[in-house]
Amino acid sequence: MDTTATAQQPKWWSGGKSPFNLEYGKLMMWYFLMSDAFTFGAFLISYGSIRFSQNFWADPNVVFNAFPGAGHRNLPLAFVSIMTFILIISSVTMVLAVHAGHKGDKKSVVKWLGWTIVGGVAFLSCQAWEWHHLITGLHPTLIDGKIDWVGQTTSVNPWGQLADPAAVTEALKNSSQHSLAMLVHEHNHTMSHEQLMGMPKEQLMGMVNTAELHIRKNGPVAFGGYFFGITGFHGFHVFSGVIINTVMLLMTQKDVFAKRGHYLMIEKAGLYWHFVDLVWVFVFLCFYLI
Amino acid sequence: MEHQHSAMSSEISIPHHHYSDADFRKRVRKTTILLSVITVIELAIGLTIYTIHKGPDPSHLLVLMFKGVVCILTLAKAYYIVSVFMHLGDEIRNMIMTIVVPLLLFVWFILAFIVDGNSYKNLRNKYDSHFRETTMPKEHHEKPATEEPKPGKQ
Repeated sequence: MDTTATAQQPKWWSGGKSPFNLEYGKLMMWYFLMSDAFTFGAFLISYGSIRFSQNFWADPNVVFNAFPGAGHRNLPLAFVSIMTFILIISSVTMVLAVHAGHKGDKKSVVKWLGWTIVGGVAFLSCQAWEWHHLITGLHPTLIDGKIDWVGQTTSVNPWGQLADPAAVTEALKNSSQHSLAMLVHEHNHTMSHEQLMGMPKEQLMGMVNTAELHIRKNGPVAFGGYFFGITGFHGFHVFSGVIINTVMLLMTQKDVFAKRGHYLMIEKAGLYWHFVDLVWVFVFLCFYLI
Repeated sequence: MEHQHSAMSSEISIPHHHYSDADFRKRVRKTTILLSVITVIELAIGLTIYTIHKGPDPSHLLVLMFKGVVCILTLAKAYYIVSVFMHLGDEIRNMIMTIVVPLLLFVWFILAFIVDGNSYKNLRNKYDSHFRETTMPKEHHEKPATEEPKPGKQ
């Protein structure tokens, strides 16, 4: 509380003024954000509840270890740390936009809102890459006694426990020609996939380098639904934040706020944008760190 | 300027304290550095947990301790975002309380649901041997046998 408030404490509840010393829209934005916090909280807590009910859960360092352009190199946490910093920085540029609004400095508002939108779009692009990589990146997985190549979806995931070599050798017999050809092709690039598909199955099984294989069983099914559901819901918030900020930018440029005499709308948009950053802090904790 | 005051004075009794440019810059810079440093520490702990998991004999107590530290750091980050970036710390006390007090419900929410999930796991491990055998990680395979007498003792 600032010093003026303690010097002459007004009668907050005597009517004719806001008892919270806030204009209506900003107060309602706070209550909306509080209810949204409970929505996100409920999602994350449900995820925690399911995780605690399992003996095994996928290790985030195994799932999230890819980086655009780095091929198959193992880089746990690298990409998501960039996404986290993008959101922190875009939150800072939003603070600067709100501050410029207090001063009625239209040029600075436009500049900082612009950078905030850039940050939001960059974050969404990162998320699009990550989702695409998870869904389309196929991994050989031991499912029901045979090896299948699966990506991370809401119905199956390849992040279970490492299978014993004996079970993998046994599973080779039941696996399809296509799965075997892909296994051979992983370490042996002398033949094309088509050539391998044309070979007898026994010969193909002999070519699989069982010592090199680190095949996992399929992991807990709920992992995909929670990951895509919660990061998707957060991504939707980022997306709507970008839309709101773009509208604010256009209104600033058309002098709507200058004519109104204040930039309070930017403050409300700012609250929403910071909330999106706040939620990411917890999504980052629950899915990537622990 | 006069217009600006008339637009707000009907609802706002005390104009919000606006920091001077120098103070504001200092505050934002300090908070940004703080958030970045906490995030870097969190990432370092995340990688430490990864190396512990990869090691020959992962200590589960140590991993749990590191995860607890990351949770506390995350709460610190949340506090700084809400208090400084969202300016909740500059509002009047009555207003802060209408936001913070309902959020206390999360204390029960988190504890109750995590304890419930954990209890479901324990019940299934006790009564559903198929679940136990197919999902229990290898290094724990002996553990349930030695820990089984525990419920009886209590």
